[in-house]
Amino acid sequence: MCGIVGLFIKNPKFESELGTMLSTMLDVMTGRGPDSAGFAVYGKGHDGVVKMSIRGGTATDFNAVAADLERATGAALSLTVRSTHAILELPADRESAVRAALHDRHPDLGVVGSGQRIEIYKEVGLPADVARRFDLARMTGTHGIGHTRMATESAVTTAGAHPFSTGPDQCLVHNGSLSNHNVLRRTLIREGIGFTTDNDSEVAAGYLTARLRQGDTLKQALTRSLDALDGFFTFVVGTESGFAVLRDPIACKPAVMAETDDYVAFGSEYRALADLPGIAKAKVWEPEPATVYSWERAA
Amino acid sequence: MTPSPHCIDLATATVRELNQRLHHLTADGDPGIWRVLNPAGGHAIAVGLNAPVTVEIDGHVGYYCAGMNKSASVRINGNAGVGVAENMMSGLVHVRGDASQAAGATAHGGLLVIDGNASARCGISMKGIDIVVKGSIGHMSAFMGQAGTLTVLGDAGEALGDSLYEARLFVRGSVASLGADCVEKEMRDEHRAVLHARLEAAGLAGEVDVSEFRRYGSARGLYHFHVDNVY
Repeated sequence: MCGIVGLFIKNPKFESELGTMLSTMLDVMTGRGPDSAGFAVYGKGHDGVVKMSIRGGTATDFNAVAADLERATGAALSLTVRSTHAILELPADRESAVRAALHDRHPDLGVVGSGQRIEIYKEVGLPADVARRFDLARMTGTHGIGHTRMATESAVTTAGAHPFSTGPDQCLVHNGSLSNHNVLRRTLIREGIGFTTDNDSEVAAGYLTARLRQGDTLKQALTRSLDALDGFFTFVVGTESGFAVLRDPIACKPAVMAETDDYVAFGSEYRALADLPGIAKAKVWEPEPATVYSWERAA
Repeated sequence: MTPSPHCIDLATATVRELNQRLHHLTADGDPGIWRVLNPAGGHAIAVGLNAPVTVEIDGHVGYYCAGMNKSASVRINGNAGVGVAENMMSGLVHVRGDASQAAGATAHGGLLVIDGNASARCGISMKGIDIVVKGSIGHMSAFMGQAGTLTVLGDAGEALGDSLYEARLFVRGSVASLGADCVEKEMRDEHRAVLHARLEAAGLAGEVDVSEFRRYGSARGLYHFHVDNVY
């Protein structure tokens, strides 16, 4: 099962509403995925500064971790803690040093995403509780993607929750299952893509990262994925400036989209979109199979 | 006819309350006209109706709307999710917008009219329903269709009529590809008469020329024993 939601703001007036809209959509999709939930929000960013989304536990003392990382790397860090996650902002040229120190000195913590604007949060529990614990409703930004998980093939763990991020400011959520992820993972590892789980969806994210790294546009990368990936999927993908949707050629997994002058919205079911402002006058449609739908923010 | 229709607002009532009240109606007396507000994409709205009631739904509905319908007329002033009018026995279901996948699936009778497009697997395993789609339909439509008619004013997607039994398919536009054992067939007067009757039932009499349609059906090579296939 699983539920997916996504929102891409076209009218800047709605950027302050992004978190509120996304949290409502996520909550409605509880029936499709009550085990765990996660979301990515593209908020404010600064040139030369990287935001690292770090996942800990309820007992993690993030202030102590940040102080330790500063001591170890000499990098100036700024920290924002939200429940079990923290956003660490640091100079972009120190990212690899901080990552190495985090990996060596705090192996119990994980980096769930990083980039100039992306923040990722995911946790086990009902979507409404997850959204509340990270205060999604008050987040702002240009676009966001969320996922509610009904685990069928692997354990209910935070690591198995979506979105998956395998490249800077990139993320992917997936409804479906892939059958050739193991062979593709091995190929991608040789190409230098790093994976943190055995999850099939992370491989799809990694494939797109590899293609984007080689110069593909998001649309080109997704078009190629139709040949490379074997299985069922509805994907919603975010990059620093882009937002895209793709369904497999058989279109087993549901998808509904809505567009107004103010936003583009995606939901696994129309129910997730029913409370959005202006939805009564929105263009509502079911995305075609094997067709890439993408939107890009003006630079 | 009831001058002021019964009105149920799903912003305050549950789908279960709505369906329960509709199920209590009988063919005796006048079941009236019922209006449903704020469906908000909810699932299983107006399923299992068993009386000649008219139900008008204002907005988009979710999965299985008007499923198992018998005798009732259900009009959806919006889009319908997966499986609208699935397993319908009789009556009328009219979608003013688009329908998602598996519209009219396994339905035995009645008429399903879709003003917009229907996506994949429209009329899958249809068993006697008449479906009229004014727009186009997606891939694998009428898969294993056993009886009934599927009339499409627009185009059909890949693998139309795959593994078809005896359902009759009429398409005015292009067909991306035919499924296994589905072939184009000659359009004779008797077929034009059937098609005309279906178009008339969908309120399209005089608006559409039956000569613009092509007929597709089963080559009957898959489900009949064929001596050439003996080892």
